[in-house]
Amino acid sequence: MKRQVPGWVGLVLVPLLNLVLALIVAGVVVVFIGENPFRAMRLLVAGALGSSYGIGYTLYYATSFVFTGLAVAIAFHGSLFNIGGEGQAGVAGIGVAVVCLSIVGETHWLLAFPLAAAGAAAAGAAWAAVPAYLQAKRGSHVVITTIMFNFIASALLVYLLVNVMKVEGSMSPESRKFGTGAHIPYMHEMAAWLGITMSRTPLNLSFFLAAGAAILTWVLIWRTRLGYEIRAFGQSESAAVYAGISPYRITMLTMLISGGMAGLMATNTVMGEAHRLVLDAVQGAGFVGIAVALMGRSHPVGVVLAAILFGILYQGGAELAFEMPAISRDMIVVIQALVILFTGALENLVRFPVEAVFRNLQGRRS
Amino acid sequence: MTGRNDRGRHESAAPAIELRGISKSFGPVQANRDINLAVKRGEIHGIVGENGAGKSTLMSILFGFYQADSGRIFVDGRETTIPDSKAAIRAGIGMVHQHFKLVENFTVLENIVLGAEDGMLLKPSLARARDLLTELAQEYELEVDPEAVVEELSVGLQQRVEILKALYRNADILILDEPTGVLTPAEADHLFRILRNLRDQGKTVVLITHKLREIMAATDTVSVMRQGEMVATTATSETSPEELAERMVGRKVLLRVDKAPAAPGDTVLEVDELSLTDLAGVRRLKGVSFHVRAGEILGIAGVAGNGQSELLSVLGGILPATGAVRVRGREIDLARADGQSRRRDGIAHVPEDRHRLGLVMNFAQWENAVFGYHTASEYSRKYGLTNRNAIRTAADEMVRKYDIRPARMDLFAGSFSGGNQQKIVISREFERNPDILVVGQPTRGVDIGAIEFIHRQIVALRDAGKAILLVSVELDEILSLSDRVAVMFDGRISGERVAADTDERELGLLMAGVSGEAA
Amino acid sequence: MDYLAVLQLFDSTLRLATPFLFACLAGLFSERAGIFDIGLEGKMLAGAFSAATVAAITGSAWLGLFTGVGISVLLSILHGLASITLRGNQLISGVAINFLASGLTALIGQSLFELGGRTPQLKGSGRFTEITLPLAETLGGIPVLGPVYEGLVSGHNVIVYMALAAVPITWWTLFRTRFGLRLRAVGENPGAVDTAGISVTGQRYMAVIICGVLCGMAGAYLSLGTSAAGFVREMSAGKGFIALAALIFAKWKPLNALAACLLFGFLEAVATKYQNVDVFGLFTVPVQFMQALPYILTVVILAGFVGKAIPPRAGGVPYVKEE
Repeated sequence: MKRQVPGWVGLVLVPLLNLVLALIVAGVVVVFIGENPFRAMRLLVAGALGSSYGIGYTLYYATSFVFTGLAVAIAFHGSLFNIGGEGQAGVAGIGVAVVCLSIVGETHWLLAFPLAAAGAAAAGAAWAAVPAYLQAKRGSHVVITTIMFNFIASALLVYLLVNVMKVEGSMSPESRKFGTGAHIPYMHEMAAWLGITMSRTPLNLSFFLAAGAAILTWVLIWRTRLGYEIRAFGQSESAAVYAGISPYRITMLTMLISGGMAGLMATNTVMGEAHRLVLDAVQGAGFVGIAVALMGRSHPVGVVLAAILFGILYQGGAELAFEMPAISRDMIVVIQALVILFTGALENLVRFPVEAVFRNLQGRRS
Repeated sequence: MTGRNDRGRHESAAPAIELRGISKSFGPVQANRDINLAVKRGEIHGIVGENGAGKSTLMSILFGFYQADSGRIFVDGRETTIPDSKAAIRAGIGMVHQHFKLVENFTVLENIVLGAEDGMLLKPSLARARDLLTELAQEYELEVDPEAVVEELSVGLQQRVEILKALYRNADILILDEPTGVLTPAEADHLFRILRNLRDQGKTVVLITHKLREIMAATDTVSVMRQGEMVATTATSETSPEELAERMVGRKVLLRVDKAPAAPGDTVLEVDELSLTDLAGVRRLKGVSFHVRAGEILGIAGVAGNGQSELLSVLGGILPATGAVRVRGREIDLARADGQSRRRDGIAHVPEDRHRLGLVMNFAQWENAVFGYHTASEYSRKYGLTNRNAIRTAADEMVRKYDIRPARMDLFAGSFSGGNQQKIVISREFERNPDILVVGQPTRGVDIGAIEFIHRQIVALRDAGKAILLVSVELDEILSLSDRVAVMFDGRISGERVAADTDERELGLLMAGVSGEAA
Repeated sequence: MDYLAVLQLFDSTLRLATPFLFACLAGLFSERAGIFDIGLEGKMLAGAFSAATVAAITGSAWLGLFTGVGISVLLSILHGLASITLRGNQLISGVAINFLASGLTALIGQSLFELGGRTPQLKGSGRFTEITLPLAETLGGIPVLGPVYEGLVSGHNVIVYMALAAVPITWWTLFRTRFGLRLRAVGENPGAVDTAGISVTGQRYMAVIICGVLCGMAGAYLSLGTSAAGFVREMSAGKGFIALAALIFAKWKPLNALAACLLFGFLEAVATKYQNVDVFGLFTVPVQFMQALPYILTVVILAGFVGKAIPPRAGGVPYVKEE
């Protein structure tokens, strides 16, 4: 029997050390730009967590990242790398807009919310369906096709917002505002119902949808037959075929669920905050999902924690860019890249030595 | 021949290879413990041992793949360190690996030249290799078309390319790791003839195998390894297969399986004109027909690669095919490869490759215990949820009944030894109580203790009235378990015999494609 | 369409195919050695940015080119560290490098020049300008072939010619040299290379570094050799991914790669030239569709042809010694 290193080492310690490494390198970049990384860090944390206003924004961003992170994580379990969250979430905005601009938008959010969420999921899934089909039937790798679909989605959105959905006479490429019946409550509004006062932030009802999505993802992956089949397929396609699990079916279902999950993000941004379809509603959240899923080890709990971390980076980063103009918001993309690099690609940089240390310790004990 | 054999031509009393006190461990596993071995120049030396006895590790140390933790290596009496393959080649050691190390879409010449080129440009290297190849072919009966693409050659010829590669690099010492696993008995005999030829020209040959018959047939001296230790070295002429087997295992071994005569009932599985063409357009099955009755074992013998894998895959629902397969007279849909419907039809399939097919290595034993049967109602609950308790209870039963060790169902399948992994597969398939059991290479990479256990289980299922199709490349296994034997050659059944009335020689001829009355 | 217009279209095809060609050959070296690289895009972008930055500061296009190549090679080595030495996931490493390039170029660009991520407009010796081949004007008068020489063959900058030269050089290197033999072997069966006493690691690093050099060339061309005359945010615009698709379409063969990249260059030339296509006066194909066309066609080509292409067998799999 081979010795197994305790589970928490791989699940907690190694990702944490990887994160620390990523932050150190990010600090070096800050020094290179000519700013003080410690001050930057302080500003960032204060901006994200120093006030209920900051926290609200942090959680608003985190809500989006939970959706996109779960999307990538679900696909990872099936050994599929869905880089198309950006496009799927973008197209999902159209799904939300179609529902909210229809008669539904004039009714009540209790009706509009589930229907818009369904529209978002359906649109996101549809946008993932073509790459999924091409991978399953034609062997075209989803990594390249989903990237292509990101570009195509953004062209499609521009076309729709400039030529079809634009308000007559307006210069800006956006749809008309949704009806008031499509306005889901903000967190501060819900808090007010309970007599609690909160700062006005875009944090909204979708936050709870995200929490529910995380729980359902856990159930799906570890408690259902489909999850079992997705994981088996992800670990070994040949074994899955032996067991009578159809690769075509699993590839399609996994990608549809993944795309739908990414699509749900539109309830947070388009329905919860913008109240209209705008050009850049996704703002890179689809890509952040990759870092979130890697950091969270594709486990819903990890994904939620990593999403909050990236929420902090986004909100804190915005405040930081305000205080230190030299550190533009592109810094977040850099940190995101470093997190992907260290927790994903260079994982073994930390894992190999750490596991060696633990084996050594155990060897001495036994 | 100039400059090729300038090394080691001098007569010396020193052994070609001498190992002193070699030890090697991987983490807590001690693969080699204080090994001493001396192989004389110009002899064929066999090393036998069970799976996991440490033979391959020892040879990997000799070829520079691993570094020994301690101990010394002498080549021609000179102490030598072998940090990598390059150093091994420089020391005159060549190795023919069990899994060939050939670039399949390269030509024979390109493969031979790779790593032993003369300069920056390929042309002169290839030209020189072409000349030398002609020479070597004449010298050692090693003909092969230099321009042929390797993947288009038969396995026997590919092995020849491996030997040529070693000779091209001036190897004086040739190590062959399980070289006959993929050969027909006739091809194996031809290989041994080549090896004797090499020996007579002054080369030293080390032959690693677990087949005692080959040791007796081909070697001058033999060493036995058991659990990482070298337990005996003797002249082959002074020992017997029984003695070697006993030394390998450390106790008396039953080389035959005890079983009562079969009491076959109705025909349960009928296979009729089964044909299959693979994606590359190669016809893998060319009209295979046979039947299996309840309460009997039909063994399918043959050299690997003659369609047995495809036959298993078709019956297991992995590959689609044409022709007909009937289970108790009811025809199953061959056009649709669906492992789930095969299981519902009552066919259980123990695949020949548990790593690639039978198990998900990163799943715990309990998850693997229902793999393929996870959709069964007793393992499911409403809304597509799994019934974890039922699965874990079933898994626990299998662990106890089949003595799977360690008895921990939360351990990943990849953490178990080969024999216990096979037990995980076998317990899962056998416990479904299927009408038909299709078993591929049930004891590949399994230690002798587990082999005996698995064989007893198969016979017990036969006696319980199951129809069993046993596919194995191990003739011994086929002969000792089967009631009837069919031999596959080139996608066809080249002959069928009653097991009790045939022998290795006759089956060997059928395996080489000599069919009908001539065999 | 008249003759000269067709020539003009082919002329811009050649220009637009140049970055594809470099990136595609870069991918070819890497994937032939068994290392997937979806980070071509990021290396191109980083190469374009660093080339433009140095060219803007020093006024030398050549210094810019060398810097661009150097930075791209550094990223390649990072990819090598992740995928060869540390046996990490090659796709993830590539994704990380793409984001790293995207973030760093914008961040550093803004902090250096404060032009919203652009570099200053390059002028004079800071750019690679068109070379007029000998006798171009004299021969231009010859009917039919004259304009081909003058308009199509002549009048490109040096990087375009380098890209074209890179095709036969790549072919020769791969199929006629020891280096090429070992490189191809390591992508098919690293075990064979290892047992032959050659370092798999060394061979793969070399391939990855060549990949970096070529990506750097592609990037430098974008910022120093096109009408952009400087770096613009995200100027690689998916070209690295399209180059990967071209590589698959080309079945990992250098001469096919030339054809595939010319095809993609042609598509882009058409899309740029005909922004709003009027279909028989019935309706107008929107400009967004023409812009998305290269991406759509990439998907179509991947869907139509990949099934039959056989990639290098050891591609994407880290090499671990086994018995």
